[in-house]
Amino acid sequence: MIISIASGKGGVGKTFVSTNLALSIEEENVQFLDCDVEEPNAHIFLKPQIELIEPVNVLVPEVNENKCTYCNKCSEFCAYNAILVSPKKIVIFPELCHSCGGCSLVCTVNAIKEIPFKIGNIYKGKYQNIDLIYGELDVTRPLAVPIIKEVKKRIDKEKIVIVDCPPGASCPVIESVKGSDFVILVTEPTPFGLHDLKIAVDVISGLKIPFGVIINRSDIGNKDLWDFLERKNITLLLEIPFNRRIAEFYSNGIPVISYMPNLKEKFKILFEKIKMMVKK
Amino acid sequence: MKQVVILSGKGGTGKTSLAAAFAAIEKNCIVVDCDVDAPDLHILMKPKVIKTKDFYGLKLASIDKNKCVQCGSCINNCRFEAISDDYIVDPVSCEGCGVCSLVCPANAITYIDKKAGEIYISETKYGPMVHALLIPGEENSGKLVTMTRFSANMVAYEEKKDFIIIDGAPGIGCPVISSVSNTNFAIVITEPTESGLHDLKRVIELIDNFNSKPFVIINKFDINNEKTLEIKNYCESKNISVLGEIPFDIIFIKAMLEGANIIDYSPESEISLLIRKIWSKFKKLTEKN
Repeated sequence: MIISIASGKGGVGKTFVSTNLALSIEEENVQFLDCDVEEPNAHIFLKPQIELIEPVNVLVPEVNENKCTYCNKCSEFCAYNAILVSPKKIVIFPELCHSCGGCSLVCTVNAIKEIPFKIGNIYKGKYQNIDLIYGELDVTRPLAVPIIKEVKKRIDKEKIVIVDCPPGASCPVIESVKGSDFVILVTEPTPFGLHDLKIAVDVISGLKIPFGVIINRSDIGNKDLWDFLERKNITLLLEIPFNRRIAEFYSNGIPVISYMPNLKEKFKILFEKIKMMVKK
Repeated sequence: MKQVVILSGKGGTGKTSLAAAFAAIEKNCIVVDCDVDAPDLHILMKPKVIKTKDFYGLKLASIDKNKCVQCGSCINNCRFEAISDDYIVDPVSCEGCGVCSLVCPANAITYIDKKAGEIYISETKYGPMVHALLIPGEENSGKLVTMTRFSANMVAYEEKKDFIIIDGAPGIGCPVISSVSNTNFAIVITEPTESGLHDLKRVIELIDNFNSKPFVIINKFDINNEKTLEIKNYCESKNISVLGEIPFDIIFIKAMLEGANIIDYSPESEISLLIRKIWSKFKKLTEKN
């Protein structure tokens, strides 16, 4: 079973929910994937023994200037503006390349070869009995999706897979939640939280994945969020009130449930609830 | 004219609330929301939209069933696994590269423009605002950010603004890169948490690759004084000015719940005065740049 944790708005508690959920269901075989490859944080809480680091490469063009006739066909073809051809010079912007392979197909003199270009790493490790896999985009590389795809290739379907997603609502989020059996959307009862939740609901409904909502810091906001959930008939999975102790543990990179058995119990019940909803 | 982008790495540290506050304080500025995935600045700025422009992102392949000879060339050459065995294009996976139509022997594939979002040029009580919305699930937020900033630059030049204040997205990927390029300054809002510091370091490393001078603001500094010290030490080691430390204050949240700009909601509060001080410090430090 694959459960993804997403949000729309950042900083509402995705990593808090996903890491504590993973730690609460210790009797299960859990695989944890951190797909927020721009700013992965789960490893701060699930301090893993790293066993393997693998580079993630994408294919980008390399031009043999002895063969190149500067005909400009590759540059015209490239939908991502990753190739610039002047009368006597050709410049490649590998970070813009989407690795479609079109430039080498249109080249009439066979001057383009594809070579690997590193954009990040995949880390594999273990914390207690949780298998942790996370991707990390190299700084200055814009494309997160190829790394997310690599992380997700390592899914072990025999396990309970928990996927911590990036914030937002565009391609990295879609890639992260794709193929999930259930999505937990975390939000807070503020105008920002509600606005971004609506966007996230659109995305997840579009993918036809069952989902429910967790309201974090549930006592700091107003009722609009509850009204929205009721109106849209969206399952409210859990409410977590603001608690200064939680904030302090979190700030120090300590998983809260080790010190708050009540919360652990709530996460266990949450997991059972999700299992039931997925079965249906 | 100076361009300043507000970033954070980690989400939820207070970028939008502070961008709105700066826009209220700075008299001659234009404010731009570049968090096009999940824009929230309009909630505080209450813009009146004057002009809307459509944004077209990547094109989408479309297969003409009547012409298709089912040879499999497109499926075999598509690197994005976007064409199914029964020759249906998955609009989510298709990145509009053009390879399938290039290899199709039957000329059955064309590319269609796909509206991926909108750009808005607006008026607010604080001055002009440019913002955008990516249609949920669409790609190419980086290009939308670039187009949004382009519109903002036009307005700023026309109206001779001193500052363009850009509210950025969390993370360090394509929309953030598009937000930070060609700016003069980047103000990073962080919080004293392990995650906040981790993400701050990555976003500073990104800014270092551009010609933008970084500054830091520590929000909710008193939730963990040790971590705040750690952040200050890090900034000192990197020779980055900390513009200010803002305490955790319920009034900040109350203003946001009302959808109000903190500077209007509680103009005489300690927080508002502190934010004014931060902005003047920033202006003073950047006068000569």
